[in-house]
Amino acid sequence: MANTNFISHVRYVVTSNPITLLAMSLFALILLTAVFGPYLVPYDPMASTARALEAPNWQHWFGTDHLGRDVFSRVVVATRLDLLISVSAVGLSFVVGASLGGIAGYWGGWLDSTFGRLMDTIMAFPLFVLAMGIVAASGNTVQNVVIATAIINLPFYARVARAEVVVRRQAGWVQASQLAGNGPWRVLFGRILPNALPPMMVQISLNMGWAILNAAGLSFIGLGVRAPTAEWGIMVAEGASYIVSGQWWLVLFPGAALMLAVFTFNLLGDGLRDIVDPQRRT
Amino acid sequence: MNTPIVSSNDLLTVDHLSVDFKTRHGVVHAVRDISLYLRRGETLGVVGESGSGKSVTSYALMGLLDRAGQVSAGSAVYSGMDLLPTDESIMRDIRGREISMIFQNPRAALNPIRTVGAQIADVLLQHQQCTRQNARAKAIEALSHVRIRDPQQRVDAYPFELSGGMCQRVVIAMALACKPRILIADEPTTGLDVTTQRAVMELVRDLTREHGMATILITHDLGLAGEYCDRVSIMQNGEIVESGQAAEIFQRPTHPYTQKLVKATPHGATHVRDLLPDTDATTPETSDQADKPVESERTTVQYPSNGQSTTGQSPIWKLAPLLQVIELRRRFAGKRSFADLLARRPAQAFEAVKGISFDIWPGQSVGLVGESGCGKSTTSAMVMRLLDSSDGSIRFKGQDISLIRRESFVHHAMRRSLQMVFQDPTDSLNPRFSAADSIADPLRRLMGMRDTNAIKARVNELADMVGLPVSLLSRLPHQLSGGQKARVGIARAIASEPDLLILDEPTAALDVSVQAIVLNLLVDLRVRTGMAYLFVSHDLEVVRLMCDRVIVMRGGEIVEQGPTATVLTNPTHEYTRALLSAAPRPPAASPIELELEHV
Repeated sequence: MANTNFISHVRYVVTSNPITLLAMSLFALILLTAVFGPYLVPYDPMASTARALEAPNWQHWFGTDHLGRDVFSRVVVATRLDLLISVSAVGLSFVVGASLGGIAGYWGGWLDSTFGRLMDTIMAFPLFVLAMGIVAASGNTVQNVVIATAIINLPFYARVARAEVVVRRQAGWVQASQLAGNGPWRVLFGRILPNALPPMMVQISLNMGWAILNAAGLSFIGLGVRAPTAEWGIMVAEGASYIVSGQWWLVLFPGAALMLAVFTFNLLGDGLRDIVDPQRRT
Repeated sequence: MNTPIVSSNDLLTVDHLSVDFKTRHGVVHAVRDISLYLRRGETLGVVGESGSGKSVTSYALMGLLDRAGQVSAGSAVYSGMDLLPTDESIMRDIRGREISMIFQNPRAALNPIRTVGAQIADVLLQHQQCTRQNARAKAIEALSHVRIRDPQQRVDAYPFELSGGMCQRVVIAMALACKPRILIADEPTTGLDVTTQRAVMELVRDLTREHGMATILITHDLGLAGEYCDRVSIMQNGEIVESGQAAEIFQRPTHPYTQKLVKATPHGATHVRDLLPDTDATTPETSDQADKPVESERTTVQYPSNGQSTTGQSPIWKLAPLLQVIELRRRFAGKRSFADLLARRPAQAFEAVKGISFDIWPGQSVGLVGESGCGKSTTSAMVMRLLDSSDGSIRFKGQDISLIRRESFVHHAMRRSLQMVFQDPTDSLNPRFSAADSIADPLRRLMGMRDTNAIKARVNELADMVGLPVSLLSRLPHQLSGGQKARVGIARAIASEPDLLILDEPTAALDVSVQAIVLNLLVDLRVRTGMAYLFVSHDLEVVRLMCDRVIVMRGGEIVEQGPTATVLTNPTHEYTRALLSAAPRPPAASPIELELEHV
């Protein structure tokens, strides 16, 4: 019964707001592209041909790059990698950030001060430079790009979680759950944090956009993912030098894909919040 | 439904007003075809329970309906002008200068970062009632009108520096600054202490007469309306079901809903038995029975009256009290200021509870009464082990539980014997938990129940005990009404079969008719289970109905304690007398049968 309620609630949220509907459809498109894209593309994204730097035509919808690879296939295939990097980075910073922030907010005192200053320290750096530094220092791998992206996003989750927990810590139902014999960990992670989900969802969707940009940015400057892997940031970086000579399609299509993904995630926030908020259910 | 009698004295005539709201589930008719009139110098009470449309009516008159709401029919004529189709620019001029409004929560109505003087001056400047030069003087004058002492100093105070009652006076000063002809007071004293309530209401009444204004008092409190209003209109489900002179309504209510409301309002004449159809609970009014134990299924005990002698013919069982609080104290450390740091002195401490002692015997119901800030909530939190005490001891079943720290008490065997029902039913339920989840929580944690079917059976049994229909168990808190949420909270608290239940203003957030039902439920439950109650309340009338003994607290100290009948009829301490006289007294009602129904 709860499940059918939830499904009808999702249907209501999606249909009542056209922007959410648009965001959800775009998200579904990106997700499907990530999952099935590599099996459906017309050309091997890594295969070089003699037909280099062709403008968009009926054989190559997005044209070909300087090595004669099909830009369309590469843009589609890159979706999976970019999505994977941003989802795992955001997931990691959400879990760690929400836990740290929740603990700081629930216990307060020196824990709160320590975590608070730690987060301030992270935020004191220009975030992209910090990510560059982390990847450069710890090794140029995809895994480290994920960790670096997670670290720079950490303070946002910690702060939202802390604020939400502080507001709820003294609520009647939190005291009631203590009276019902729940220890502090269960109260915090089982009761309070789930109630802090709605505002966190908005943060997640915004961060997904940033994370994709960040991963693309790092590979643009040659960190993390490296050529010849199909990745939006690398493709933009490689194509950048051809803009002056008039081969605009090398930059435009991966750039547009990047923009579309960031746009989708930013739009998604309100819809996600409405879905996880029990108060919005009837 | 009364048709207004058109008279030249009428300041405001509301004629067949209807207000609709567009919602997710179609159109809601919040106000249906109501008619009112208001004469110069009189106070009209609009009384109704939550959701009756009383506030929506006032918002409609002020043109403050939110976007989803719309006046669908009717008119509201103020000095020859229909207010309802009036456009926003004219309304802005009328609001504040001709018709003013004061709101429920005075702190929320004031801007926290501006001085009260500046906020009063804003209103005056907005309506060209003063110039920048004399704004301050005018603000001081306005403050002195609402009887604020030292207005010259208070004019520079920020809202947080003033008490709740003081803030409400400032809000009234703002509302009256431009000498409006109509004042709409929307629950002006909800959340204020009884003594403050009295001061605020008397102020409103006197100012109404002095300025020749008219006041609409919107309230859920029939007693308040009865004492301070000339005429009263009773609203239910968006309709006015009865209107008339205040005394008339109280003595001879004709509509069944009014009868139910009058009956459910606890005042002197009512016994808890009046609210109970057929239970032989003891009558707390008769003094010789005041401390007589309630027959219970689990324990039959005899305990002394007044704490010294024993009553009854049955053998004297020298039993220990269930709870003994001895010289209990709680200090809160203040923030150590920079000046303190320089002077190397410790932070200023504030003592919320200053060495109080009292006993609760098994099965006894003890009332803890006092105004906000008297330490009653701190005391109950310490007894509940939600807060560590600074000094003194709390002996529960012979064991000093004040030695067990708050964090470790969660897993202590005593946890299940000490439970609590919280003040606000909405705030006390996890928004993500269904009613069944909430009730099952203590069963899983405290009673160690693991079997899903057994838990489900017990949840159903508890729901049945508190009169909550089983079909509602799958609902989330916001899908339940206030009374239903209160029932869930009570079911959860009694799930672990506690020996002592602390009831922290359990009905303060409920409508009177729901309060009557919940109070009856609590009396019933005590009879069935033999629990002892510590009933924390500011409402002496409710305490009179519910408790064998009463403790009166003020400023962290107990000023008086004893059997309810003695303390509330012959109070020895002046503070108790002040509390008693401050409670609003509606005209005496004639006895009517109250019909109990599911809420």
